[in-house]
Amino acid sequence: MAQVNIQSVNKVYANGFAAVKDVEVQIRDGEFVVLVGPSGCGKSTLLRMIAGLEDISSGEVAIGDRVVNDIDPAKRDIAMVFQNYALYPHMTVFDNMAYGLKNKGMKKGEIHTRITEAARMLQLDDHLTRKPRQLSGGQRQRVAMGRAIVREPKVFLFDEPLSNLDAKLRAHMRSELKELHRRLNATFVFVTHDQVEAMSLADRIVILNAGRIEQVGTPMELYHQPASLFVAEFIGSPAMNTVPLGTRLGGMLANTAGTLPAPAMTIGLRPEAILAGPAGGPGIKGHVAMAEALGAETVLHIEVPQGGTDTRLTTRVSGETRFTEGDELAITVDPSRVCWFDHEGRRIATEPATQPAPRKEPLPAE
Amino acid sequence: MTDMTTASPIAVPTARPRIRWNRVGDHAILIAGALFMLLPVLLTLTTSTFDNITIHRGGLQFAFGPDGFENYQKAMFEKGGFTKTVDGMRMMMNSLILGLGFAVGKIVISMMAAYAIVYFRFRFGTIAFWIIFTTLLLPLEVRILPSYEVVQNLGLLNTYTGLIVPLIASATGTFYFRQFFKSVPEELLEAARIDGAGPVNFFINILVPLSQTMIAAIFIIMFVYGWNQYLWPTLMTTDESMFTLVRGIKQIMQVWIGANIPDYGVAMALAIIAMTPPVLIVILFQSWFVKGLVESDK
Ligand SMILES: Nc1ncnc2c1ncn2[C@@H]1O[C@H](COP(=O)(O)OP(=O)(O)OP(=O)(O)O)[C@@H](O)[C@H]1O
Ligand SMILES: [Mg+2]
Repeated sequence: MAQVNIQSVNKVYANGFAAVKDVEVQIRDGEFVVLVGPSGCGKSTLLRMIAGLEDISSGEVAIGDRVVNDIDPAKRDIAMVFQNYALYPHMTVFDNMAYGLKNKGMKKGEIHTRITEAARMLQLDDHLTRKPRQLSGGQRQRVAMGRAIVREPKVFLFDEPLSNLDAKLRAHMRSELKELHRRLNATFVFVTHDQVEAMSLADRIVILNAGRIEQVGTPMELYHQPASLFVAEFIGSPAMNTVPLGTRLGGMLANTAGTLPAPAMTIGLRPEAILAGPAGGPGIKGHVAMAEALGAETVLHIEVPQGGTDTRLTTRVSGETRFTEGDELAITVDPSRVCWFDHEGRRIATEPATQPAPRKEPLPAE
Repeated sequence: MTDMTTASPIAVPTARPRIRWNRVGDHAILIAGALFMLLPVLLTLTTSTFDNITIHRGGLQFAFGPDGFENYQKAMFEKGGFTKTVDGMRMMMNSLILGLGFAVGKIVISMMAAYAIVYFRFRFGTIAFWIIFTTLLLPLEVRILPSYEVVQNLGLLNTYTGLIVPLIASATGTFYFRQFFKSVPEELLEAARIDGAGPVNFFINILVPLSQTMIAAIFIIMFVYGWNQYLWPTLMTTDESMFTLVRGIKQIMQVWIGANIPDYGVAMALAIIAMTPPVLIVILFQSWFVKGLVESDK
């Protein structure tokens, strides 16, 4: 078990492209950290630098107390799970898991014990003699995890391991991963571009944008106190409503939201910060352009005709709502949930504006 | 791999069976082509079962004759040549050694060359590859004289080493293996690196097993190519006990002149014998090769 210290790490590829810029994160022992961001933002590059598959152009990566910049991947005490599994196609499940251990010169008996143990944990007992091509996608993914587990590494690295699975299996594997993390009590670094995956798995999330860190924080911190417009728009589904104050709608919303901090340029409202009331009530007049019934809740897309150019807002109401498409309504804003952003898109800290929620789940006991 | 199976058109059941004229045409052309290719072989086979006088008088024969057993026995076991030291068995063994040495040597050398080119980043790797690649354009015959010179100076005439080693550098093999290695997903190499595999370990335990089908394909091509070598063994071997089958056939027509009639029947029999091992290899390996192709998916 170990913490991972990433200090002002840069990556410049051979063609001169700077993929990772001045990244600085301290990952704690036993923490589940998710690297998230849009495609091409450098998540994989950063992960591969931790793994040792990619040279570090400048800066320092330390695993435990050891700087690993010049240490071979095999000797870094890490294990990695790849997006396309990267199983050895000609080896059985057992041999796939055993290969790394054999290379370490481990005794046969010990290899056998470890693999049996891991196979039991991952429900692979019956498949140990099969080849990867005889397994389903989910089973292959489990073998890849098994191969990582038997190494008993200090740090597990995952590069979008679930993105080749269908939605249902993905949700299932998500909970298995969470369970695995609790059980192994190891440090997990997980890359994904899916913010739902990030929110549901992470103790802490690192959001990257074009090679730079936008924000590091717990899922709830990121949701309620996004450091920038980029984070605000990336995290949360449906996305945050962000309206420039220069527009008519922006002005109307700012009026309902109350105190306006001086340098604010944009107002940000989570869907639940917009309250839909009956037509004729107080607030901004609009009508429902589209209602997405999701069961427990309904997402309303509201059109505000007097709002100028930018006239669409989304809000979340209970599934039992009476609003349907075409209905007139009046919207108000919950002033305690408003975010303000300055001209650079950074959030302006306002005192009562946010309510830091308690952690979703406590860190596993040491 | 899946598109191989889906590519073949699936017959859709129709109410009334219709004759598909274009398919009949396709088959007619294929059958005609096969017959055309097969005819000389068939004629050789039938003719090889007659005695020399019949063949000399009547030319090629279209039916089987009475002397097959005798001809084949003579071809295989009768010592011939000037020195009366070489029989068909001996020549067959020489051919086998040449074919196998040639194929195995080429595979080993070209796999290692391709491995170096694809997986190691060294200064002139790309240039080295292109130089190897351009030699593809040069047939063996172009460099046969200098090769002969070298082998002679090394005193390797009439040895298996001299017969095989100068031929085993293979641009074709290197090229095919390079293409194959490039198609192996990079994550496999990375997974192996994390699993602590060194270059030799990765090559032997991962790359070679993955290349099985490629190796089989190259083996077929190279074995047949080596077996059929004519010019190089002719130059290289003066000692009759080193003759290969392909070389020996010609020798029969030149020197095995009993009375005045050349030994046609025996020569034909020897030609058939010379043809059999490559055919067997192709048939044997092909089923294995197809199986490998169908089963492997990445
Ligand atoms: N070998 C390379 N040479 C040059 N540029 C590269 C190389 N590998 C990646 N890049 C560039 O670096 C950037 C970051 O790549 P990276 O693979 O880390 O993205 P990512 O965040 O993992 O994206 P995705 O979600 O699509 O996997 C991309 O813009 C990519 O084009
Ligand atoms: Mg990636």
